Amino acid sequence: MMLNGESKMQTRKASGYMEISTKVTIAGVELKNPVMTASGTFGSGMEYSEFVDLNRLGAVVTKGVANVPWPGNPTPRIAETCGGMMNAIGLQNPGIDTFVRRDLPFLQNYDTKVIVNVCGKVERLAEEPVDLLEINISCPNVKEGGIAFGQNPKAVETITAEIKKRAKQPVIMKLSPNVTDITETARAAEAGGADALSLINTLTGMKIDVHRRTFALANKTGGVSGPAIKPIAVRMVYQTAQAVSLPIIGMGGIACAQDALEFILAGATAVSVGTANFHNPMTTLEVIEGIEDYMRRYQVSDIRELIGCVK
Amino acid sequence: MSEKYKETAQIIKQEKIGTGIYSMWLQTQKIAGAARPGQFISVYSKDGSRLLPRPISICEANAENGQLRIVYRVAGKGTEEFSRYEQDDALDILGPLGNGFPLERMEEGKKAFLIGGGIGIPPMVQLSRELKGEKQIVLGYRDELFLTEDLKRSGTVFIATEDGSCGTRGNVLDAIREHALTADVIYACGPTPMLRALKAWAEEKQIECWLSMEEKMACGIGACLACVCRSKEVDEHSQVKNKRVCKEGPVFLSTEIEV
Ligand SMILES: Cc1cc2nc3c(=O)[nH]c(=O)nc-3n(C[C@H](O)[C@H](O)[C@H](O)COP(=O)(O)OP(=O)(O)OC[C@H]3O[C@@H](n4cnc5c(N)ncnc54)[C@H](O)[C@@H]3O)c2cc1C
Ligand SMILES: Cc1cc2nc3c(=O)[nH]c(=O)nc-3n(C[C@H](O)[C@H](O)[C@H](O)COP(=O)(O)O)c2cc1C
Ligand code: FES
Repeated sequence: MMLNGESKMQTRKASGYMEISTKVTIAGVELKNPVMTASGTFGSGMEYSEFVDLNRLGAVVTKGVANVPWPGNPTPRIAETCGGMMNAIGLQNPGIDTFVRRDLPFLQNYDTKVIVNVCGKVERLAEEPVDLLEINISCPNVKEGGIAFGQNPKAVETITAEIKKRAKQPVIMKLSPNVTDITETARAAEAGGADALSLINTLTGMKIDVHRRTFALANKTGGVSGPAIKPIAVRMVYQTAQAVSLPIIGMGGIACAQDALEFILAGATAVSVGTANFHNPMTTLEVIEGIEDYMRRYQVSDIRELIGCVK
Repeated sequence: MSEKYKETAQIIKQEKIGTGIYSMWLQTQKIAGAARPGQFISVYSKDGSRLLPRPISICEANAENGQLRIVYRVAGKGTEEFSRYEQDDALDILGPLGNGFPLERMEEGKKAFLIGGGIGIPPMVQLSRELKGEKQIVLGYRDELFLTEDLKRSGTVFIATEDGSCGTRGNVLDAIREHALTADVIYACGPTPMLRALKAWAEEKQIECWLSMEEKMACGIGACLACVCRSKEVDEHSQVKNKRVCKEGPVFLSTEIEV
């Protein structure tokens, strides 16, 4: 037995076993690793906790929550597309009071950071155990009258400044990719005082059912996500990293460690896994392990060496 | 709440049992042992262009040997892919999912309807095995029959076909009326128009009626809110009049939901 143990140690050394650090920091909040969940794909973690040890995640990002319960859109709310999907859930959520009473205490049982995706008043979370706020300005229903103000740089700056005034926790602005130049809204969020950015949200798309001669989604349009959008997302993360000095949480089609590393090398400090959870509920864990393997293989002792190193 | 498992199952046998209808037996480690009638599994495609799991009902589950049967119709590319797999091929599945039919609503001396329409017939097989009391199994087909023999083993089978080629011409309700059947509890799975008609009929006759609903799914475990149906009352989890078909369902009491 002893011998066995020793020889195992030696092979590990021989194959370059080394201490690595996967820690990253976003707006002063240290994550044990850069892998988190994408808002809306993971609920508040309860359902996926049957498959994923939430303690292993860098952070759990919760489904967008509003001041009061929202019923969301009629069904069908989703449709599969080649290498991805479309959704128009319509931000169904149980409202902030239920969320605070039920979901936050659940997440407190785990040693992971909690990022709450908000489309409502942030003040309500001031005294709650929340590490970071992610503001979904890519959602059409944030404000009465509802201009798509995630697409208007001036509006992005104003709303960011407004939220910064009210928020107790650091603020991540989640950017819409449905713009001509992502760096304009990224700069606007930075000017408004954002602490970090996350991108990309879904790309607006449409699918038509030719047999029924109707739209695949009841909402007609929906947000496209999944591997099919990854090259667009990587490009936008890269452009944004060149344009602003804020930490970036990259997402859009991440399904394995290699995908996640693309985002990190392009300039993301952390990454989110969304649609891929639907294909394999254990994706987040596989991404974490794969990043560690990559670091050992290429002798990278600190993950921060990789962030934005492709220029 | 039952445990869910993600497994790579092995195909023991796959056979065509009708036009475009396949029966597949899978060797599972834990899923068959945990399955209840009316629950379903998520079946994953191996083609990276198809990410979303296909929800398929559990037709039979043998807890002793871990074998699980699904019966499905080729409806599109995913099910077409599954139909090409053969013995010893591996298939990723997740389950058992959803709530299943409430067996405890039946007891000896009571009468039940087990109503299956088209590709809603498969879950009736395991249900008919496990349910107590008198089982009247009413099956609605377009024309071609399947799973009829399997179901005859655990109850009295009544058949309706749209073209009248077998049994009553018409739908399941026509068969029920023709034979003047009654029941204390209804368990049903099938196309939405059938469920809608049954809901109206059962509520008029004040019969307790359990319906298995269908909706497009992404996560299959209750996290994404893709698969909701409208509920009469505010749902405890969602806080709105919506229930998740994959989690609170797929089986609902007819009076609790809109069909
Ligand atoms: C709880 C439940 C149990 C089911 N049990 C069975 C069964 O036992 N046997 C059987 O043949 N079929 C069953 N279905 C329907 C089955 O899920 C669809 O026929 C199948 O997903 C079609 O996949 P596809 O790739 O062949 O079709 P495509 O049309 O190419 O699928 C495209 C997308 O739409 C989804 N989709 C298409 N049709 C349906 C549908 N009717 N319901 C839900 N999602 C759909 C697919 O999952 C996929 O994400 C069940 C559905 C549900 C919700
Ligand atoms: C079903 C679904 C629901 C989503 N809900 C939200 C949401 O509530 N708030 C939000 O900011 N983004 C939401 N998103 C967007 C994702 O967080 C993510 O930005 C996007 O899907 C791209 O990542 P992916 O390709 O890994 O899924 C949702 C995405 C999906 C697929
Ligand atoms: S499929 Fe995701 S909640 Fe039902």
